[in-house]
Amino acid sequence: MALPTLLNTRSPLADSATQRATLNALPLLRTFDEAVENAGHAPLRATAISVLQLNVGKRCNQACRHCHVDAGPDRTEVMRDAVIDAALEFLERSDIPTIDITGGAPELHPRFREIVTRARAAGRHVMDRCNLTITQLPNYSDLPEFLAGHGVEVVASLPSFAARQTDAQRGAGVFDDSIAALRHFNTLGYGVDGSGLLLNLVTNPVGAFLPGPQHALEADWKRELGRRYGIVFNRLYTITNMPISRYLEFLLHSGNLQGYMDRLVTAFNPAAVDGLMCRYTLSVGWDGRLYDCDFNQMIDLTTSADAPQTIFDATTHALAARRIVIGPHCFGCTAGGGSSCGGSTVST
Amino acid sequence: METYYHPKDLARFGEIGKEAPELWQKFSEWYAAVFKEGALSEREKALIALAVAHTVQCPYCIDAYSTTSLEKGATPEQMTEAVHVAAAIRGGSSLVHGVQMRNHVDKLSM
Repeated sequence: MALPTLLNTRSPLADSATQRATLNALPLLRTFDEAVENAGHAPLRATAISVLQLNVGKRCNQACRHCHVDAGPDRTEVMRDAVIDAALEFLERSDIPTIDITGGAPELHPRFREIVTRARAAGRHVMDRCNLTITQLPNYSDLPEFLAGHGVEVVASLPSFAARQTDAQRGAGVFDDSIAALRHFNTLGYGVDGSGLLLNLVTNPVGAFLPGPQHALEADWKRELGRRYGIVFNRLYTITNMPISRYLEFLLHSGNLQGYMDRLVTAFNPAAVDGLMCRYTLSVGWDGRLYDCDFNQMIDLTTSADAPQTIFDATTHALAARRIVIGPHCFGCTAGGGSSCGGSTVST
Repeated sequence: METYYHPKDLARFGEIGKEAPELWQKFSEWYAAVFKEGALSEREKALIALAVAHTVQCPYCIDAYSTTSLEKGATPEQMTEAVHVAAAIRGGSSLVHGVQMRNHVDKLSM
């Protein structure tokens, strides 16, 4: 079966300009600019950099249907050495407390473990965006031990505590492998109260609708994963699907794009603007270019023209209060309870 | 194809308020209050609404509360059980009227 990445299937959406044009052509009740202005936050600016997010590449052992990265086994974009070195030096020079390593499957990068080790040696909190199934591959079976040994926070995707929905989004057999991985993490203390090893789960809706209330879903997940599989974890993060890459393709092919975008716009929550992750995150692409967030990265919306464009000329001084580059997709982060890489942004 | 129901008409629901704006406003405020979290959670209310939508067979309500149920964190399994609850009540209400049938048959019969 052919790999379902946009690149491999030669979809027009593999070109980020086509994605941007598709979104910009949609008739929406208002622009994100207008929504932010009405909420009293125009122009939208960063407030600080407390998270340096590195996207170390698009290679992944999975090819999830909702992936905004269009990641997959056929992708060859991998963060080169000069970019990694520059990013780590930038981190070490700064007082940014957290490094968030994502991809694709970031653990596939040959220097992943070195990045973790150096960041921890610099006293920074490290987050690994883990798809769980990577730990079931022969060369990565010791990954949980490595992460535990370095006190890395694991943020793992699990859209449902049921196999059918999980596999529908992430691929056949992913649920069973994910449960095996979670049990392995639990044996090392991850997710166990008082262990200090954080295991947080992420759920994206399996379809064209907004996520449910985070606190209610967390209670459901804890009850059901505990009851059914004996699995424990710390927090559940709900993340809204963004109309980018493969999720955009799904919306288009299922006839849900206009309806979903209308939903995002009408569900705009002014209270979610304060906690937008672009306001405290700096995203570094595999090629060293800088972005306000991973979503902007995937549609090639680099940082504002008056801010540094690459990690090679980055300074916290020049970036901490930069103007944020926005587009229609940004409604995904302000809908309902708000959304970010750390889940809902509006406290209930 | 001609049809009585058009999914896009759901978005025009507010137009019913044009000739009676005060009544629409009272309805809208009460409706919003009904679905707020109270003794029942928003999810429970959405599932009840979903079941009732199948009972009255309103296609707009079925669409709207299918989406709402998902957005309140209900699973397809929970939603299917809710539809069965609706079906069970409808079926049961027909059957229980069979007691009246039996009463009448008894009255007429030797």
